[in-house]
Amino acid sequence: MTLGVAAVLLMLGGYDPVQAAAAMLRGSVGSWNTFVSITLVRAVPLLFAGLAVALAFRAGVWNIGAEGQLYVGAVAGVWVALTFTDLPGPFLVTSALTASVVAGGAWALVPALMKLRLGIGEVITTILMNFVGIYLAAWMVHGPLQERRGVFPQTDRIVDAARLPELISGTRLHLGFALALVLAGMLAFVLQRTRFGFHLRAVGASPAAAVVAGRIDTNRVILLTFLASGAIAGLAGGVEVTGLTYALYEDLSDGWGYTAIAVALLGGLRPGGVIVTAIFFGALQAGAGAMQRDAGIPAAWVDVVEALVILAVLGLDRIRAARVGHHAGEEAL
Amino acid sequence: MSQVELALFLESAVRLGIPLALAAMGETITERSGVINIGIEGSIIAGALGGSLGAIAFGGAGLGVAFGALTGLLVAFVFAVFAIGLGADQIITGTAVTIGGLGMTGALYQVVFGVNGMELSVPMLAPAAIPWLSDIPVIGSALFAQAPTAYFAYVMAPLAWYVLFKTAWGLELRATGEAPVAAEAAGVRVRAVRFSATLFGGAMAGIAGAHLALAHAGAFAENMSAGKGFIAIAVVALGRWNPIIVLFAALFFGGASALQFLLQALGFDLAYQIFLAFPYILTLAALAGWVGKSQAPAALALPWEPNR
Repeated sequence: MTLGVAAVLLMLGGYDPVQAAAAMLRGSVGSWNTFVSITLVRAVPLLFAGLAVALAFRAGVWNIGAEGQLYVGAVAGVWVALTFTDLPGPFLVTSALTASVVAGGAWALVPALMKLRLGIGEVITTILMNFVGIYLAAWMVHGPLQERRGVFPQTDRIVDAARLPELISGTRLHLGFALALVLAGMLAFVLQRTRFGFHLRAVGASPAAAVVAGRIDTNRVILLTFLASGAIAGLAGGVEVTGLTYALYEDLSDGWGYTAIAVALLGGLRPGGVIVTAIFFGALQAGAGAMQRDAGIPAAWVDVVEALVILAVLGLDRIRAARVGHHAGEEAL
Repeated sequence: MSQVELALFLESAVRLGIPLALAAMGETITERSGVINIGIEGSIIAGALGGSLGAIAFGGAGLGVAFGALTGLLVAFVFAVFAIGLGADQIITGTAVTIGGLGMTGALYQVVFGVNGMELSVPMLAPAAIPWLSDIPVIGSALFAQAPTAYFAYVMAPLAWYVLFKTAWGLELRATGEAPVAAEAAGVRVRAVRFSATLFGGAMAGIAGAHLALAHAGAFAENMSAGKGFIAIAVVALGRWNPIIVLFAALFFGGASALQFLLQALGFDLAYQIFLAFPYILTLAALAGWVGKSQAPAALALPWEPNR
């Protein structure tokens, strides 16, 4: 249905939908190398950020701040990579990633405390923190961390020792992808098999009930989940700069922190699902590039498709829920 | 600081605050009904494009603003169908509407004006100085020599306050946002109230977008809403869900954004990006300083299904 709507819109825009679809497929899954070097590489930050959002949403924490957390993570990672260049290889890159985790967590601490101590909704505060984080990164690449010649708004390239190794030789896919998969496995385990995971899901289902029934310290669960979510989003930024770009740019993220919300939702807020949807959105973005190049169709169309996909899933989900509710009602009678 | 500098600062504070005030006032009404629409960013950008195209098609900025309001309303309609009609999650629906609105306007703009986006110049919404009032020293030109949309915001603030707190319809609206179950029991059609409050919010956001394109820039540009919808949502909280305080909160944010001009004029040499981040930091601080737990409507963001 979504595809139909998208096709009609494209035709109304004066484009050939078949040509568009062909370019889209070629640019995302056209060959093994395209799939690995473009689609999967695009999927990596979406995977981390999607996991961050999914974890938070499972606990009922509306962390819309992945975008800002990602940027401060990238800033911290690049700063460490540029500063402690004497550290031997594995330590330097590990330190850089650790810094991005800490920075992302710290960025989430502000809205977490504002929520728990002052009762201010995290939707608003995380959005505001996004802007601060984005401008912080912009300031860094224009100011303190600008490349040596001071011409371009970017940092110097980080040394080899600070770079994540490639995962499949001959492609651009880096170790970050594997890290994301391991992280997804860990999160799935924590959510399903541990006491904390149970508490987290209970708080997400109903904070009031969680307090009464399970004597769960909801504030502690919310705080820890918020910090973990921010840390993972920070890692998205750290992995991107150490694995792919090797430098910090002003417009590093193409709204990944927001796309991550769609990724998390369509993945059913489950780590395994997030892996699938992150790769799907990676393919969409990879295909969008090809569509623009080969068929002259503005990449903005992909955002339209993205929105349609989210709305379609939301709508189907609600309609299904209504049907199930109906049946349940009949059985109860 | 000279009086001229102060007057210039105030003028830009109001100019930057007005689109936020328009969007935030609409969102205040929406949120009072228990719906948080973070998709007003999509309504703003749609209003900017709709306003521009309308102004060109009808050959006048005034009709452009009306058309902008209509396009903003249409985007909010999509949100309302999913978030209210189907009871889908409001935050996620809002995100989708924002992404779709930004993408759709960008794509349409390139369809109409070519891939490189031929410079689109539209009839401007010229400032109209109010005789007499605009002659008041310092604040006169800041407040009363603005585009007509600014005066619309000044009038809407007390009007929205009156409707919200002094009329039966306002009472129903607030009841819907505080206790939908009780409201329904009292005969209020909860969904209808939420639907209309959301459409109103969309129309106001559309006007804000049209104002950006027609009164500020004199052109449409992709992503020109630049997160103003998100800021407007913060402004609503800052204004404690009260249309009059919301107007002042928007001007406060405008002032924080305009501070860069003032401080630069006074010789402070801070990085440009820090100035840009300043209003957001100040808003966070202001929120922490004086918005309490009990302020938000109790049923905000909670989907609601009629009791059958």
